[in-house]
Amino acid sequence: MHEWTLLEAAQKVRANEISSRELTRAVLERIERLNPAINAYITVLAEKAMRDAQSCDEALAKGLVRGPLHGVPVGLKDIFCTRGIRTTCGSRILQNFLPPYDAAVTEKIAASGAVLLGKQNMDEFAMGSSTETSCFGPTRNPWAIDRIPGGSSGGTAAAVAAGMCFAGVGTDTGGSIRQPASVCGVVGVKPTYGRVSRYGMIAFASSLDQGGAVARTVPDAAVMLSVIAGHDRRDSTSVDIPVPDYLAATEKSVKGMKVGLPREYFGAGGLDPAVRAAVEKALASLAEQGAEAVEISLPHTEFALSAYYILAPAEASSNLARYDGVRYGYRAETDGGLIEMMSKTRAQGFGAEVKRRIMIGTYALSAGYYEAYYGKAQKVRTLIRRDFESAFSKVDAILTPTAPTPAFRLGEKLADPLTMYLSDIFTIPCNLAGIPGISVPCGISPDGLPIGAQILGNHFREETLFTAAAAIERAIPLPRVAPL
Amino acid sequence: MEYEAVIGLEVHAQLSTRSKIFCACSASFGSPPNENTCPVCTGMPGVLPVLNRRVVEFAVRTALATSCTVQKRSVFARKNYFYPDLPKAYQISQYELPLALAGHIDIELNGGTKRIGITRIHMEEDAGKLVHEGEFAGAQASLADLNRCSVPLMEIVSEPDIRTPEEAGAYLRRLRDILVYLEVCDGNMEEGSFRCDANVSVRPKGQEKFGTKAELKNMNSFRNVEKALEYEIRRQIERIEDGGKVVQETRLWDAAAAVTVSMRGKEEAHDYRYFPDPDLLPLMVEEAWVEELRKTIPELPGEKVARFVKAYGIPRYDAWLLASSRSLADFFEASAAVYGANPKVTANECIHWKDAVAAGRLTPETIAHAVEDRESGAISATVSKTLVELAIETGKPIRRIRDEKGLTQVSDTGALEEIAAKVLAANPKEVESYRNGKAGLLSFFVGQVMKETRGKANPRIVQEVLKKKLGV
Repeated sequence: MHEWTLLEAAQKVRANEISSRELTRAVLERIERLNPAINAYITVLAEKAMRDAQSCDEALAKGLVRGPLHGVPVGLKDIFCTRGIRTTCGSRILQNFLPPYDAAVTEKIAASGAVLLGKQNMDEFAMGSSTETSCFGPTRNPWAIDRIPGGSSGGTAAAVAAGMCFAGVGTDTGGSIRQPASVCGVVGVKPTYGRVSRYGMIAFASSLDQGGAVARTVPDAAVMLSVIAGHDRRDSTSVDIPVPDYLAATEKSVKGMKVGLPREYFGAGGLDPAVRAAVEKALASLAEQGAEAVEISLPHTEFALSAYYILAPAEASSNLARYDGVRYGYRAETDGGLIEMMSKTRAQGFGAEVKRRIMIGTYALSAGYYEAYYGKAQKVRTLIRRDFESAFSKVDAILTPTAPTPAFRLGEKLADPLTMYLSDIFTIPCNLAGIPGISVPCGISPDGLPIGAQILGNHFREETLFTAAAAIERAIPLPRVAPL
Repeated sequence: MEYEAVIGLEVHAQLSTRSKIFCACSASFGSPPNENTCPVCTGMPGVLPVLNRRVVEFAVRTALATSCTVQKRSVFARKNYFYPDLPKAYQISQYELPLALAGHIDIELNGGTKRIGITRIHMEEDAGKLVHEGEFAGAQASLADLNRCSVPLMEIVSEPDIRTPEEAGAYLRRLRDILVYLEVCDGNMEEGSFRCDANVSVRPKGQEKFGTKAELKNMNSFRNVEKALEYEIRRQIERIEDGGKVVQETRLWDAAAAVTVSMRGKEEAHDYRYFPDPDLLPLMVEEAWVEELRKTIPELPGEKVARFVKAYGIPRYDAWLLASSRSLADFFEASAAVYGANPKVTANECIHWKDAVAAGRLTPETIAHAVEDRESGAISATVSKTLVELAIETGKPIRRIRDEKGLTQVSDTGALEEIAAKVLAANPKEVESYRNGKAGLLSFFVGQVMKETRGKANPRIVQEVLKKKLGV
């Protein structure tokens, strides 16, 4: 049952082949059995999920279908505010935080009729590529329990890969949906910046953060994205453009599609030969179906990582300043005054990686350094955006590896932040340009680890991504659930 | 040596919009603590600001009324600092690219006019308020009231064109009058909806280079601004004359002690780490909208005064008194439209009864009819005052009260001759003295006649009748 796709599960509930309660109970039992080892969930809402499932069954008995995901259990990264339900962002500082409101994504998931199973593990404040910086302990990769599931949406990707939900919603600031999807062997899509409302999504780097879907198949990801996408007046950066039929796009042919291969991505040192081979296989499958490969150049790629590690920490240093112990969240015990309370709260409440980025960001915005760091990084960002504009005047989509390597071992890169940051080298430029990107499984390494291919598209051309990714998925059949 | 001061003022005006600048909460003053709050203005994780269009409208209208250039593109920035009354730990303001630039206000002082430049106008959100132990019943610690968080403010920064405390006062009064005229700010300094900080330095007269400036804060009335500047200018001059140096610092005005005291030096100045707020897109102001708003700018106080002097021939001073309030000026014009033969008297009456006008207890007809009846001799000045008071009290038309109370002035010579004859017959001694040259006794006879008529007689006609009867 847990191997069904999201679409199959939704169809079976609607057709009364299975009740939402049976389906939800089965997934909850799987979570109960596997979560102690995988640690994909921070909070499991077993009772609430069963109540909601019952309400879905009652509604259906009266002929009422709430939405496309009626009665299907799904998960949310613990970065989306859920009213009255603990929302931690993987941080001690929000360990017991109960939001007084629902995020836009939370509302949309509820409106789709889906049953919320729980809140999924993540790197603290989405800062990380391995889900090891969570204060609730690391999530493990269902394909190899000693390996990382990627990050920061590692809990969501691991849960989807382990059959602990039919799909989930994550966030992606520099690859946090696509990289975990790649190393967990599932599909992850980050739409165009402005497609999914950021209202109620706890901010890391506001100009880069974007919610997106994680699922086991491309059509599932398409359905999940159409559920959460759309304009929201509460987010001034949300874009008022109608959401097209993403599911229909997964059935289209790639015939005549021009697929760009950026030489800077394939020439990069550190690209695992198995990853290269798998992505080349994906390309070949597209070519077989009538797509045309075009070599392109994205000349400013090498500066993307540096620019990202100025801009994202700069915004984060300001976004995370509100966690001061005054109004909500963790507060340090102290006999000292206000300043001591605030600094102790932050010293004890934040983990090492978050502190590192707050320090970097604070420095980059300081008087006298602003132009040299923040100002320059913004200019690099503009150049990277232009690289893509120029590329998309020649091609419809761009194919690259999602991550340079398959999943690495737990602890392997934790002590060396710079090596860790390189995990996102292929995913970061997409966020800087604000364009959409998807990761689709395209092979298994000799060690038996999944490998993902990344497809990038022009602004608001998510349909192109779904068409190309679905073509790869059809051509390269791979297990949908990790062989646990 | 002779010194001169260089003063620039930063005014924070609270915009009188119904809701806050970035959320839908009420922006009203005086609600119970933390009642006007929501996840957005209390800085909950995940919230986002959405700009209130009305705030931009008010700021654009202010920019137009002060001859500023409205910028097509302006940018909101974050000003980062930690304080318990600032829930997001940053204030959303405008920094490098403000809404409006390069305007001016003309002030009048000692019969002359001086132009004070306006550097910029920008929009920002207010912070909350802390209530400390002992300040309110049962408070055992400092408590935060976040009602004021995200209430819209407009900062208006002047050029350092001001030279004296009097000029500063004149500038502030003029600026406040403009904001009140535009109905964008209530101008209440005590409630803090119109606040002022001052940058002040001194230099030897004739020197071009500015001296080292101090920033003055905590002045909550126009008078306090003037007093604080007087004090600070004297302090800086004395410091220099004693061979010392003025240091760059922020100083607080202590109104009770009438001194300024150092709050923090240059070294302790904050680094606010301004950067463009990624949650808000650059603000684009369409020219067509600006032109539409330009049409809503009313006649401003300075223009009104000039017109009143020219059109009604009233003294400039009176024109200013009338123009100090838009409603009083409108009231005057409405009165003068009903009876326009003597605008000077009408103006005086409006100024005299300005409180009742402000309270909405007088109609323009009341003043117009009172003036007209007095001019025609139908009523005396004394009766006029009584009638206006009665009109305020009862709300009835003044002429109806006049007729009901029978307070029309007696100008009928026949009736007055009878009374005059009676008065003269009753006072034969005085009549004799008068005829023997004691001319001052005429007013005695007039008074007697007035007494007989209970004040209703027209004094001018009484005099004529008496003179005729006494045969002079």
